[in-house]
Amino acid sequence: MKAKLFDYIDRDNFVYNLSGLTKLMAFICLTFSVMFSYDIRYILFVLAVSFCFFRISEITFRQVRTMVIYVAVFLLINFLLTYLFSPQYGTQIYGTTHEIFRFNSRYTVTLEQLLYQVTKILKYASGIPLGMIFLLTTNPSEFAASLNRIGVSYKASYALALTLRYFPDMIRDYQDISLAQQSRGLDLSKKEKLSTRVKNMMNIFVPLIFTTLDRIELISNAMDLRGFGKNKKRTWYAGKPLGRNDYIAMLFSAAILAGSVCVSVFVNGSRFYNPFI
Amino acid sequence: MGDQNKTPVIEFKDFQFQYFSQAEPTLHDINLTIHKGEKILLVGPSGSGKSTLGHCLNGLIPFSYKGEIKGSLKIMGHETKDLDIFQISKMVGTVLQDSDGQFVGLTVGEDVAFALENDCVDLNTMKKTVQAVTDIVDMGQLLKSSPFELSGGQKQRVSFAGVMVDNVDILLFDEPLANLDPATGKTAIDLIDRVWRDQEKTVIIIEHRLEDVLYRDVDRIIVVSDGRIAADMTPDELMAADILPGLGIREPLYVTALKYAGIQVTPELHAGRLETLDTEQIREPLLAWNRAQKKQKKTEDRPVLLKADGIHFQYTKKRKILQDISFSIREGEMVSIVGTNGAGKSTLAKLICGFVKEDQGHLFYGQEDMSGWTIKERSEKIGYVMQNPNQMICKPMIYDEVALGLRIRGVPEEEIEPKVEKALKICGLSPFKKWPVSALSFGQKKRVTIASVLVLEPRILILDEPTAGQDYHHYTEIMEFLKSLNSQGVTILMITHDMHLMLEYTPHAIVISGGQKIGDSDSVEILTSEDIAAQANLKITSLYELALKTGIEDPSSFVQNFIDYERGTRRNESEAV
Repeated sequence: MKAKLFDYIDRDNFVYNLSGLTKLMAFICLTFSVMFSYDIRYILFVLAVSFCFFRISEITFRQVRTMVIYVAVFLLINFLLTYLFSPQYGTQIYGTTHEIFRFNSRYTVTLEQLLYQVTKILKYASGIPLGMIFLLTTNPSEFAASLNRIGVSYKASYALALTLRYFPDMIRDYQDISLAQQSRGLDLSKKEKLSTRVKNMMNIFVPLIFTTLDRIELISNAMDLRGFGKNKKRTWYAGKPLGRNDYIAMLFSAAILAGSVCVSVFVNGSRFYNPFI
Repeated sequence: MGDQNKTPVIEFKDFQFQYFSQAEPTLHDINLTIHKGEKILLVGPSGSGKSTLGHCLNGLIPFSYKGEIKGSLKIMGHETKDLDIFQISKMVGTVLQDSDGQFVGLTVGEDVAFALENDCVDLNTMKKTVQAVTDIVDMGQLLKSSPFELSGGQKQRVSFAGVMVDNVDILLFDEPLANLDPATGKTAIDLIDRVWRDQEKTVIIIEHRLEDVLYRDVDRIIVVSDGRIAADMTPDELMAADILPGLGIREPLYVTALKYAGIQVTPELHAGRLETLDTEQIREPLLAWNRAQKKQKKTEDRPVLLKADGIHFQYTKKRKILQDISFSIREGEMVSIVGTNGAGKSTLAKLICGFVKEDQGHLFYGQEDMSGWTIKERSEKIGYVMQNPNQMICKPMIYDEVALGLRIRGVPEEEIEPKVEKALKICGLSPFKKWPVSALSFGQKKRVTIASVLVLEPRILILDEPTAGQDYHHYTEIMEFLKSLNSQGVTILMITHDMHLMLEYTPHAIVISGGQKIGDSDSVEILTSEDIAAQANLKITSLYELALKTGIEDPSSFVQNFIDYERGTRRNESEAV
């Protein structure tokens, strides 16, 4: 169910065993390199790399199915809207016009536009598996530890980890409350009018908020009693010391970022790859 | 213990505390000294100030809960006013009541290490300490488990280990038995006892289940009532002093049995624990009392109202939750559904309410098969009350909350009012009709949720842990209220692991263990069957053990006599009022 979306499952493989810091760095480097470059060849290369890591990390399709569907819908809408609002943008960028097909004078299909839009979709498509790998293979506490290591205050990092940690609990509370309210006759199914359904949802959120507040009071007391916030720094049980693989992975992702910049500067002379001249 | 070296570790002197939000002080004139190595039990009814006293000890007062302190409280010789919560937490380790909510880490190891992390201990030392401490509480093998994989008892062990990493001298347990089934509770008391002996700690247990704590030795019992210390004596003396019943704290059942038999309880009887009880002096009077009890006639059988026939249920293919469950519940019965956590009790309730659907088998309401009924249709016959009222209440005003179910069903407002008034009256809430929910106590909120279900006039009421977290006074209040509902014709099913409740209020009990029904009969019979008790993590009642110890021939009938006698006296009391 939905609770599974952020469930961290412990596995033993190359990607899982990297430290959270490495994964965060690699995620930033690789995403930035595809966001920076508009060279479809380079983007395809990074896409291939990110799919390799996806395979290595042994994430199953079932785990990410919901996310994949949302992303696919988003990309499709994005693709259509881009064309709808700026059908000639590709021609502007690449400076040439290779027309394939024409609806009317504004809406023509050009090779340039096609290249531009495909490049753009591939950019997203290569970034998203990276994000999934990062979210699904990083233990929330270890993630907090990595954030703290790159300079985010440990209180903020811990707050984030706790949110991830309690998210499944909240969903469970929500399901319990929703059942109890349904047994009093609250109808949440599609049979009811939308306005009534929204009103009925409110009857679930109020108790949910109060139960969550109770939970927060309890957890903050428990944390106070065990010395949270005493010192300016803290150590992390879940933090992993950096190993050889971490350095290799970080160097590799830095190289990819550098490659992306180099390709733009030395090969293409701009962020765009122009096969039309 | 503690006699040789009487070093005081906690000293209250003319201590008084008043929350800023309250008009009156919660604690008055507290004078109390606890010595190194003592094991203290702190009892008192809800609202007596025992939790406030606990908060003063662990520093939550005044650091999280603000208020005014008068007098002095010294811990290990330091005045607490001069310390901060972190310094206090190095001396007093607290295991909170709700071990689920205080699980901070994502895994056992991480949670135990939490205090070490905050002290900036390096990773290697941390791992070693965590291993050593979790070994003490037998959790060393499970360092990588997440809280969802652990049972209630195991989670408590983890929080226990989490405070022991600090190597504190004083351990404070806030209602350690509240969320545990009886057998696990017994193990918890054993563990506390073991750590107290082996690690030479000072232990303070706040709990109102006196009998269960006294399963192991305690040096002194401190009784708090109305913010004052009402008694400070050894268990043997306390049992003889006869002050507990007047304060709304339940004395051990076997002590009550002695009193029913007209035995004068003296400190020399050593009634503090059943194990130490001097049976020679009590045998004759107890046997005489038992012979004098008349057998009560069984009431005639009424028609079956709810019937389950070969119910199977599973969430996933691998884990079977319920297997071949069949039972019949007759009209007007009061039934307990008992068993270990995760045995399938709650799932059974969910099936009856229609929240989930059985894979095989049938449920019948009277003669009708319920399989085609929706949740909404079922809710008109079967009401469901959750354990935590905060999870059910969604309207700010009591009246609106109770009226909600009717309004959703489109009942006209003029018909709603008399129905709501009736439900409020049954639940003793009439004076609060126009009040906001927030002004009510926990027990009163519970009644509001019951009223909001009753207003739909169900024939069956299912309650999940109706008395969880309630002291004896409120427990009796809620249960007597349910009993009166029951006598007005509502059939009541309760999911519980309170053995007293089962014994005293529900003649019929269904025991579920590992998804199967392992018992379905008289509560007395079940609570005197060692076989069923062991399988379902129940605890044999101390009455049965008392009967065995004193050589009463038919221990089960002794237990039944006790229950009948008690119901008789309680009925007389309420009639007298």
